[in-house]
Amino acid sequence: MAEVKAIVLRAAGINCDMETEYALEAAGASADRVHINRMIEDKGLLDGVHIVVFPGGFSYGDDVAAGKILANQVIHHLSDALRKFIDEGKLVLGICNGFQVLVKAGILPGNNSSKGGQNVTITYNDSGKFEDRWVYLAPQTERCVFIEAARQIYLPIAHGEGKVVTYDDEVLEQLKAEGHVAFKYVDENGQEGEYPVNPNGSVDSIAGLTDSTGRVLGLMPHPERHVRHTQHPHWSRLEGKKEGDGMGIFANAVRFIRENF
Amino acid sequence: MKQWRFEVFSRGGFADVHGNGVLEEIKELRIGSVEAVQSARVFLIEGDFDKKFADRVAKELLTDPVCEEYYIGRSGAPAGLAKATLIEVHLKSGVTDPVAQSVMTAMADMGIEAGNVRTARKYILLGDISQSQTDTIARKILANDCIEEFVIGNEAEPPSPHLKPYELKIVEWPVCELNDDELVALSKEKDLFLNLVEMQTIQKYYKELGREPTDVELESLAQTWSEHCVHKTLKSSVDMTINGEQIHFDNLLKETVFKATKELDKEWCISVFADNAGVVEFDEDSAVCFKVETHNRPSALDPYGGSATGIGGVIRDPMGTGLGARPIANTDIFCFGLPDTKHEEIPKGVLHPRRIMRGVVAGVRDYGNRMGIPTVNGAIYFDDRYLGNPLVYCGNIGIMDKKKCFKNPQSGDVIIVVGGRTGRDGIHGATFSSGEITHEYETIFSHAVQIGNAITEKTMLDVLVQANEAGLYNAITDCGAGGLSSAVGEMGKDLGAEVDLEKVPLKYTGLNYTEIWISEAQERMVIAVKPENLKAITKIFDDENVESTVIGRFTDDKKLTLRYNGEKVAEMDMDFLHDGVPKYSRKAVWKSPALSEPSIAEKDNYNDELLQILSRYNVASKEWVIRQYDHEVQGTSVVKPLVGVTNDGPGDGAVIRPKFDSDRGLAISCGMNPMYGDIDPYWMALGGIDEAIRNIICVGGRADRIALLDNFSWGNCRKPETFGPLVRAAQACYDGAIAYDTPFVSGKDSLNNEFSCEDGSKISIPSTLLISAISIVDDVNKCITMDAKKASNLLFIVGETKNELGGSHYYKIHSQLGANIPKVDLETAPKIAQRVATAIAEGLAVSCHDCSEGGLAVALAEMAFAGGLGIEADLRGLPRSDDCSRLDTQLFSESNSRYIVEVQPENYDAFAKLMLNLPFGQIGKVVEEKRLTIKAESGETVIETTLESLKEAWLRPLAW
Repeated sequence: MAEVKAIVLRAAGINCDMETEYALEAAGASADRVHINRMIEDKGLLDGVHIVVFPGGFSYGDDVAAGKILANQVIHHLSDALRKFIDEGKLVLGICNGFQVLVKAGILPGNNSSKGGQNVTITYNDSGKFEDRWVYLAPQTERCVFIEAARQIYLPIAHGEGKVVTYDDEVLEQLKAEGHVAFKYVDENGQEGEYPVNPNGSVDSIAGLTDSTGRVLGLMPHPERHVRHTQHPHWSRLEGKKEGDGMGIFANAVRFIRENF
Repeated sequence: MKQWRFEVFSRGGFADVHGNGVLEEIKELRIGSVEAVQSARVFLIEGDFDKKFADRVAKELLTDPVCEEYYIGRSGAPAGLAKATLIEVHLKSGVTDPVAQSVMTAMADMGIEAGNVRTARKYILLGDISQSQTDTIARKILANDCIEEFVIGNEAEPPSPHLKPYELKIVEWPVCELNDDELVALSKEKDLFLNLVEMQTIQKYYKELGREPTDVELESLAQTWSEHCVHKTLKSSVDMTINGEQIHFDNLLKETVFKATKELDKEWCISVFADNAGVVEFDEDSAVCFKVETHNRPSALDPYGGSATGIGGVIRDPMGTGLGARPIANTDIFCFGLPDTKHEEIPKGVLHPRRIMRGVVAGVRDYGNRMGIPTVNGAIYFDDRYLGNPLVYCGNIGIMDKKKCFKNPQSGDVIIVVGGRTGRDGIHGATFSSGEITHEYETIFSHAVQIGNAITEKTMLDVLVQANEAGLYNAITDCGAGGLSSAVGEMGKDLGAEVDLEKVPLKYTGLNYTEIWISEAQERMVIAVKPENLKAITKIFDDENVESTVIGRFTDDKKLTLRYNGEKVAEMDMDFLHDGVPKYSRKAVWKSPALSEPSIAEKDNYNDELLQILSRYNVASKEWVIRQYDHEVQGTSVVKPLVGVTNDGPGDGAVIRPKFDSDRGLAISCGMNPMYGDIDPYWMALGGIDEAIRNIICVGGRADRIALLDNFSWGNCRKPETFGPLVRAAQACYDGAIAYDTPFVSGKDSLNNEFSCEDGSKISIPSTLLISAISIVDDVNKCITMDAKKASNLLFIVGETKNELGGSHYYKIHSQLGANIPKVDLETAPKIAQRVATAIAEGLAVSCHDCSEGGLAVALAEMAFAGGLGIEADLRGLPRSDDCSRLDTQLFSESNSRYIVEVQPENYDAFAKLMLNLPFGQIGKVVEEKRLTIKAESGETVIETTLESLKEAWLRPLAW
């Protein structure tokens, strides 16, 4: 097949675009960083693209709420184009601020609940502060094309607003029942736990969500920050050189496109 | 236009994180009567829309539909509650409100143009609170007086945002006919901070011109000649008396710090002490530049805003070095008063150190994290003498094209200001930072505080990187202290410049031409662009909504000409502005203090002392701070600030790998110990250099590519006895740089850090020299960390332990200072650094940690608990001086140039061979059992404790 093309979306305050571009390229895609203004001017920029990534950062300073202003832009300018993109079988990944954007734009979890409207959100950490720390993630779904269902992974988080909450318990039960939970925070042995195992107090330790197609993934941890051996926080204690755990997410996406396009 | 008011609250069942945070702070102020705090975000939006659209705005934009709810209009106090006090906090007129701007943008996306948007915060305090308590809470916790005002109660209207427009009126400040007293009085009245000699020099210049200066001319001179901008103290001639002996310097800096750099003359030093940051080679194609600044005074008044603009400002230094670097790492070093200081001991006009620390950390966190620059290295020191003058050092490293390390502005280039708009913020910042702080400064100088907006800086960075790659400008510099005056003045120094001040985009109307020229509003850069590139560069900026404006052009008349609406308001010779500042001579005195060693009874067990030292604020874990900084953004981290088996051990230096396609790395570290300055600032400075170098070496940095930065923060240097220690430290910088073969490439000073209390007493900071270091790592895969790696590995110590407990933590816990300050053997220390670096590069070491604060015992404890492995140490292997026979000295002496190295048994011979002729010895081994055991020379066990108790002692004090 032809080359796998990816776009990393930039906007005011987005700041993880370069390393995300690097991770995609290291996984075999050809990636470009594109400013949201260009995308709004010319939706044709999505033509021929297979993967769109909303990277981390503080889009528009997280003014009003994290990811809110960029989500508002997506809703008013890009929702149709993105819907079409996803329906064509292509992939969307939101990392950290990008995850917040996808949730606040209603693209994730995309569960069309009976209540209508956005019924899941991402809010302030229980600790009340920004934290950079490493977490273990246990996959919860076999549907999501970015994820290997049996593989627990180790990635860093770096956020102040990463707590996933639902409007009520019913919404939470629906998320679980319909397989929207992509990752949970766990300890080294795969067990859920209190802070800091669950670093932000997310309900049910939710770290990431996927939509009903399994082709959209959003997560708070940063896979692009663990693509190389030397990014592991104590790599100098480990035997041998291993690819970073985050690489799997990008490699799976590239493989899916190769197999399906 | 109708003004709509929206209030957004947390929905029941969801935590009010902000309100809870405020409640916690109120409790910290020991006001027990507040039972709960509810917070709300308030939006005041002017617009021609109906209730239906207002509901949409509230629902779709302002309120999170899951965890918040809204109220349109002004909500009253919650029903059924006995007593509620309402406080609303608004930004003062003219203060930038980024959230309001974002809301306007978002509303435009929704199809409605809002007229004006303002935001506020509303607090409902529940409980029986007195009026004075309400006032205290509002002032100390809720509102920052520099930029915010509060209204109590539900009826008060917020201040009007509308300002009067400005009408040109050219103002002269006559000097020609003034006598000396009147000159001094004028300088004082206008906050110029110019002394008599400077005022006389200015008078002479204008007498020769045959006219009086305008206000903007005097302000420009005051700014350009300020201590902050020209470092007149450090460049002055000095008559120094050291213990009765006289020495003389014609120019202190040139004969100490600069001189070392000049003599070392490294070909890898590209641009030193010339540009906004020092530039050194990174690899064949790239260079890196490094700058560390202080932002002490603004942080004392407004910890959050002061530190945020501190980091924001220093980031613009690499961005404005050469033709611009891309920032890749931040460093932060702070000095505060003791966090457990009693409230009643806090002098008037001073914030509690805990509050300062929280604010400073939050400011650096929010600005650095938003910029997407990893904060990789830092330190925090506590001493009660930092109570009135906390120190906030912010550093930034940038990477740049090696071919673009120099600026080249040309006559005819247009002057463009890019980024943020100009407001009244930060006026007199440069001059303000050159005087001393008094208990009244808070009110007098509130206008000197700048207000930062990281996203404005980030968007500006995004477009400048593109413009640089396209080669569309000839020069770039930042508007830092001194604003446009400094930026344009510096860039046009050898050319001449003319500026039309009415063209400068303003945050709000009403600024006069002088305010425009000297404002230190943040997030602005000035570039010089060939007229033919104007269109292309403007497109790059416009494409990403970054404002850029042509405000003038560079000429060839060597004059600075300022106009407002075509009328000339200033015309000065560049030579006078930049080189007219008179030379100073100063006196300095150093007399070694009469100190003696205490007599402390020897014991046969030192568990308690070790635990006490681990719990001292200066030694204890800074994890609470470090985790609030994103140290991994950009994906470059190799050695993070927290290391070890559970990612929480105290890393020595940091290593980043700035290029995705190369394994070459940068090691970054710092060294500083103000406590030693009380004994001798010469050895303090050398100790700082040795420590910074040790921290580079410990992680795998090269010993032969280390570049240093100096940052002097001192008390009132007009006092010879305060200036003397600085001269001593500067001499040490020369000696250290030469001995280690490590040039200084950049530096900065912050003098007059003295606080005048209401009763007239003064608190002067301890002499504080920060040494920052940067070096190359050839292959990041060979980096190591300080945590013990594997049971059965051998532990060596390289470097001699001496009878040097002066200024140590061990003496501090006995409330003693002592006399025997740790010295540096300038012959041996560089050899040790070099050999340890070689051992690491050859793969002979698996961990390495230096002995610093707390000495050998603390270093061993840290290695053990960071690695989650026990250590059995035996002092019989310790290389020591003959007079270091006491057990407590061996355990806790803070002698410099010592490294503990973990070596695998199979590498014993190779390592020992490499260390031949250096003082080194096997001091123990790593064991499985999670205990630290240290045996004395006698063979008796003198320290034996679990890792758990050691780590707990170390983690607890600052785990806030």
